[in-house]
Amino acid sequence: MAETQILSEIRRLFPDKIREAFSLLGEDVVVAEPKAFLALARGLRDKPLNYALLLDLTCVDTLACQSCLEMVYTFYALDRNHRLRVKVPLPADDLSISSLAALWKNADWLEREVYDLFGVRFEGHPDLRRLFLYDGFEGHPLRKDYPLRKRQPTFPSRK
Amino acid sequence: MGMSKRGPGPGGFLTTTFNSLLGWGRKYSLFQYPFITACCGMEYMSAAAARFDLDRFGAGWTRFSPRQADMLLVVGTISQKQASVVRTVWEQMAEPKWVMAIGACAVSGGIYDNYAVVQGLDEIIPVDVYVPGCPPRPETILDALLKLQDKVQKQGHDWRWQKRKS
Repeated sequence: MAETQILSEIRRLFPDKIREAFSLLGEDVVVAEPKAFLALARGLRDKPLNYALLLDLTCVDTLACQSCLEMVYTFYALDRNHRLRVKVPLPADDLSISSLAALWKNADWLEREVYDLFGVRFEGHPDLRRLFLYDGFEGHPLRKDYPLRKRQPTFPSRK
Repeated sequence: MGMSKRGPGPGGFLTTTFNSLLGWGRKYSLFQYPFITACCGMEYMSAAAARFDLDRFGAGWTRFSPRQADMLLVVGTISQKQASVVRTVWEQMAEPKWVMAIGACAVSGGIYDNYAVVQGLDEIIPVDVYVPGCPPRPETILDALLKLQDKVQKQGHDWRWQKRKS
């Protein structure tokens, strides 16, 4: 897989914070070390790399095949119109990662969404509550181990 | 109901029962409360606006207070989180009241057979008319209104002096 100039720059700047860096279908992808993720994110945001926008953050459940949840972040550099995807695998026995809410304000609700639906704990998040689901909802429905037919109605059905 | 169709008889008057008179009055003055949550709302808007015009059938008044409404139109997907809100709105409506479930989602949950969506409005409140379609055409909504009017005409009506007697 080809490596772009940006990726070699990232590799040079953060040698101990990333596991892999590659280009896939025109998108630059970096696989980060979970423990060093906050430092990496700060380094990406600040100059010289200058990824000023956090476009999105989400999560993928790969518990079945790789026994981990994988966080996926998309950063955007306005000055050179460049997107960077950062993946962070979280081992099944420790589903937690540093919160980015202090670096990008929009991370606040995005992380609450991921917490709500996947149950990832974001350390240092100012207000880690459910975003979509209601009080009393048990479990995290987008995990593969959530029962497909499980329903948690807010009051008993008339039927 | 033998009132309007035949017109006044030779004596210049007509006869009916009080129940059908009440049904006749109520079916042509259904004040509606639209509870719109999803894309079916577009079809409802079309049905309510000038081209299809619910007002031709006496259901022109949109009341955004459940206290003033006779007919609850639940248009669109109802999530579990919203179920208690729909229930409250329905409980706030004064009797007599009727409910229409418009669109596949309100009827049965539609394509959303998952943790978040109520599988049919009748899990929460009683429903008079089900309108299938994803989304239903405005004609379908008009047809449903005619069916509801038919039901209103034929049902037994509850009025105060009848209640005292029983």
